[in-house]
Amino acid sequence: MDELKNEVTTQDVDPEVSVPTEPQTQTGDALTQGVMHERDMKKETKKQDVMKILGKIGVYLFLSVMAFIVVFPFLWMIATSLKHLSEYYDSNLDLVLFPGGPRDFHNFAEVFTETDLGRYFINTLIVGVASTFMSLIITVLSAFALSRLKFKGQNAFFAGLLATMMIPGELFTITNYKTVADLGWTNQFGDGGWFNAFLTLTLPFLVSVFYIYLLKQNFMQIPNELYLAAKVDGTTDLKYLWKVMIPLALPTLISITILKMMGAWNTYMWPKLTTTNQDFYLITIGLREAFSSADNQQPDIPLQMAAVTLVSIPLFLVFIFLRKYIMRGVSRSGIKG
Amino acid sequence: MKVELRNLTKVFPSRDKKSGKDVTAVNNFTFEIPDGKLVGLLGPSGCGKSTTLYMISGLQQPTSGKIFFGEEDVTELAPENRGIGLVFQNYALYPHMTVQQNILFPLQNLRGKDKMTKEAMLERAYEAAKLVQIDELMDRKPSELSGGQQQRVAIARALVKMPRVLLLDEPLSNLDARLRLQTREEIRRIQKETGITTVFVTHDQEEAMSISDVIVVMKLGVVQQTGKPQEIYDNPTNLFVAKFLGTPPINVFKGRVENERLYIGENAVLDVKGVKDGNVTAAIRPEGFVLDENGPLVCELSNVEIMGRDVSIVSRHSESLNPTIRSIIDADNRIDATAEGVRFTLKPHKVFLFDAESEERLYFEV
Repeated sequence: MDELKNEVTTQDVDPEVSVPTEPQTQTGDALTQGVMHERDMKKETKKQDVMKILGKIGVYLFLSVMAFIVVFPFLWMIATSLKHLSEYYDSNLDLVLFPGGPRDFHNFAEVFTETDLGRYFINTLIVGVASTFMSLIITVLSAFALSRLKFKGQNAFFAGLLATMMIPGELFTITNYKTVADLGWTNQFGDGGWFNAFLTLTLPFLVSVFYIYLLKQNFMQIPNELYLAAKVDGTTDLKYLWKVMIPLALPTLISITILKMMGAWNTYMWPKLTTTNQDFYLITIGLREAFSSADNQQPDIPLQMAAVTLVSIPLFLVFIFLRKYIMRGVSRSGIKG
Repeated sequence: MKVELRNLTKVFPSRDKKSGKDVTAVNNFTFEIPDGKLVGLLGPSGCGKSTTLYMISGLQQPTSGKIFFGEEDVTELAPENRGIGLVFQNYALYPHMTVQQNILFPLQNLRGKDKMTKEAMLERAYEAAKLVQIDELMDRKPSELSGGQQQRVAIARALVKMPRVLLLDEPLSNLDARLRLQTREEIRRIQKETGITTVFVTHDQEEAMSISDVIVVMKLGVVQQTGKPQEIYDNPTNLFVAKFLGTPPINVFKGRVENERLYIGENAVLDVKGVKDGNVTAAIRPEGFVLDENGPLVCELSNVEIMGRDVSIVSRHSESLNPTIRSIIDADNRIDATAEGVRFTLKPHKVFLFDAESEERLYFEV
């Protein structure tokens, strides 16, 4: 929560800056009456301190409200995951974690017996890691070609790439589906089934024009002299890419990796549309489907929340450790994660 | 290793498609850089001096002409095979590597029979670092170094391969005035110690004059004059060279020659034997003026700046092509700063005459 703290410090500087305008207007009188001058200063200092404290209280109040709004869904999720179904129907807005009502961790144990959460988890991990890795290779090489190499039609090619960004991604869904279906990849049963599912889930999203653009701009900020120096030092283009450009663009690459991973973790519509074999469900569909299919069509919400809590843990960990990069990446790319 | 440039020409194709005019950055440059000397390529920006340097390095290919290192034609050779070290204006250190990694980098790229063991590389890197006195800073990142230190790292990186030719592109322009003085002496020392043939590019004439064995003055891609710094200063071949060298700059007057006498305004100021009658441009070095109550050059006194060792007199004259005339005289001379006018006689060897049209030097007997 570094960002919150930052906000606090910048906010509480403000009163300090705004207050001194008052004593300044009085300096004319104060200078002629030396003693008054000193007394005024003391008063002003006191006033300044009070304002500072009031400002701080205001800021913290505001932040507390905002923090509550952000934390509320998570709190509800955890509280609900601890409840039995009966208690959930009695008081589903009860946010207290333990006292009253039958509460324990049985939902968490049940998640693994009732559903195939582990499998979905692994599916998601495989798809996420593989597509991120392949996507990174494609992004790095394209950005390198577009920024460092010179070839005919380079600008036209890049403009063409950018133009595809004008089309909303949802519009591709139907064409993509048709392509995938025509290739027979929606047949996900039998021997090659897993591979078809894998291709379906990864291949359509390997090229991200936006990431290429982001990295290309980053590469172009690297001074040309470094390239010339490396040439004199006897490196090949590929070695220069590996030894100089990639390390220098590492923050951007980490941002891209994180955003891509988050995307893979969150994606819902495409896998829902194309995954025909339940064995290859990703975690998002798993969470949605697994708990509602029972006898009465009503989802077991506490159970579902327990599963969601479990799924969120890795994301929490990732966020805590890579917070700096995620915030930087999100603010840099101007898109939400 | 002497470096020979033969009729070197570089033409850049025009970016402006309509006019289609190509830009000739370097025009027919022929010069031999003697072995083990420090040569300064001097000229205003856009005169082709950096392009020349890049062609010697191999980063740019000449449009025509040849480059020889010793007897070997290297015109077509790739930069990494020429055995050069290059220091860039902004140093071009790899920002993500430590000083040591930066210096090691050229060695790690050696292939085939030149390949070195890790220990040998480290030893060489330390040798190079010692030479430029940065062996204490090996674990720092470039961003943690001062400009002067970064400069030394760049030189160490260029030297570590033991290049045959060291090329420096405006090596001092990013340093502050004091550091510049210090670093240029340093470069001189390193060059003397290693004995590597060195070419360095600068637009600062003082810098070039102070450390070069030979300077080459360029203008718009054409070599104007080459020679030892003092020779060029004492004997410029044209007005451009006369104006470009020297601080404070040379004073330029409109003048005419009649009966082998130089007239500036109404008065004959100097005997110039051997010059034909006609309009000329007269250039006078600041130290070429002598205070004389009856002197023929009558100027309007603006102010007097006392600089300790000598006195700088700022004055005006209707025929001067510069707004003010700056003359430097010994501080022993007493001058009344409140006087209206000041009169000078001229030292003949500090006065250069140039044809008013062609700006070429007109020689007279001193």
